[in-house]
Amino acid sequence: MSFHVSPDLSVWLGAFLTLCIFSFLYKDNPFYRFAEHLFVGVSAGYYIVLNFWTVIVPNLLEPLSHTFVNTSGPAGLQSLFLPRLGDYRIFLVVPGILGLLLFTRLFGKIGWLSRWALAVIIGVYAGIRTTGAAQADFVAQVQGSLQPLWISGDLGASLNAMVFAVGLITSLLYFFYSREHKGGLAVASKLGIFFLMVSFGAGYGYTVMSRISLLIGRFQFLLEDWLGLR
Amino acid sequence: MSWTTGLETLDRRWLFLVMGLLVAGPLIFPAGLPLKVSPPVQAFNDAIEALPNGSTVLMSCDYDPSARPEMVPMNRTAFRQLLRKDCKVVVTVLWNAGPGLVEATLNDVAREFPNKRYGVDWVNLGYKAGDDAVMVLMGQGIKNAFPRDYRGNETNTLPLMMGVRDYSSFPLLVNISAGFPGTKEWVQQVNSRFHLPMVAGVTAVSAPEYYPYLQSGQLRGLLGGMAGAAEYEKARGEKGTATKGMDAQSLAHIFVAFCIVLGNIIQRVKKREPA
Repeated sequence: MSFHVSPDLSVWLGAFLTLCIFSFLYKDNPFYRFAEHLFVGVSAGYYIVLNFWTVIVPNLLEPLSHTFVNTSGPAGLQSLFLPRLGDYRIFLVVPGILGLLLFTRLFGKIGWLSRWALAVIIGVYAGIRTTGAAQADFVAQVQGSLQPLWISGDLGASLNAMVFAVGLITSLLYFFYSREHKGGLAVASKLGIFFLMVSFGAGYGYTVMSRISLLIGRFQFLLEDWLGLR
Repeated sequence: MSWTTGLETLDRRWLFLVMGLLVAGPLIFPAGLPLKVSPPVQAFNDAIEALPNGSTVLMSCDYDPSARPEMVPMNRTAFRQLLRKDCKVVVTVLWNAGPGLVEATLNDVAREFPNKRYGVDWVNLGYKAGDDAVMVLMGQGIKNAFPRDYRGNETNTLPLMMGVRDYSSFPLLVNISAGFPGTKEWVQQVNSRFHLPMVAGVTAVSAPEYYPYLQSGQLRGLLGGMAGAAEYEKARGEKGTATKGMDAQSLAHIFVAFCIVLGNIIQRVKKREPA
């Protein structure tokens, strides 16, 4: 085993900031706060620049400028309404104005104008998401739940299907509040809790795995990329 | 002070130290604990393997550096598998901090294939804001949603993109996702509406949410977290960073389980102790 410490300054900077964040595990300190504030500031700046160059410029400014430049051509003002690929129509002015309206929140008296833009955003997303969820999470899931309980020649699959059916029905019964949970319904809902607990346990296990993975990733960076342990 | 009180008031930093040693130790001295490829992972591998050679595949890499240890190994192995099959890969990113990391990951793998060229064998269309709306927009035309790629080229000038119209141009969507927007939205907006078959690699914390999609056939295969990535590497005969991290992962899990059991024992003993 030998060390081959990285000569790359960016790797050293990454290692220093990683250790600054890890230092919080001992106790809160200025190094941790420095790294935290640096992260917040850099992230905010990065997101603004990235969104400007990957969204505002190619999807709004460039198409609009192409459209207006074309008005001096043979088609004249008609070109404002020619929907050619990469040369969008003048209608892009509408989302552009709506986007600007969001900033009216910064100017007290006309702040209410931002609600128009928000209304469009909420309306569009509610529509898109409702139809998507209905198709993928309701119809398709109900279809997927309709399984044969007995698969001839495959005892394991048959047992799996039966456990699945019992788990599905009892878990649903646990959330049935129109009748008091007494007698058979109480037994079924208690069984439903058992299945729900199993799913929460699996969820917790996966969450632990995710968090440990992040720690492993940082240790791999420190040991391999920074210290060059081989 | 009884042993139960001693353990109850134990400084949590001792636990951090033990966890740190359990993670660092196996990374320095690997034990090579056994690993078995699970059916969802095998299905992920098989779905890509079943594609005809030379197919054009959509790969959406929806993650950022915060999920790097889980996502990058999956991304790397899946991209490598696609290039080995001579597939043309169209990459998109729906997370704003992701494009740089995704570009670096793709370039790392592409260097292993000297005969593969950017714009011909793969393109990185980069980031686009809008989440679900981008997915719907891509259904009306990929080039419409992404007029330029990550490198600033006009999309309709790239040779690979000349044959790409919308989702009907792809036989499979490979989604590597760390959360929202990601696998759930691709299933809702694209798989269910445009009937594009898809496989997904997701973070462990979100994996339980996607098993119903796997069971219903909406997903053809699923990689869950670092364990899923390590199994995928094993299925491909590779030994990447996910495989290297699995010893540490296993020891850390045993320690967490031990702490949970010990905590429950302490609580039970404390209840029996006279007040």
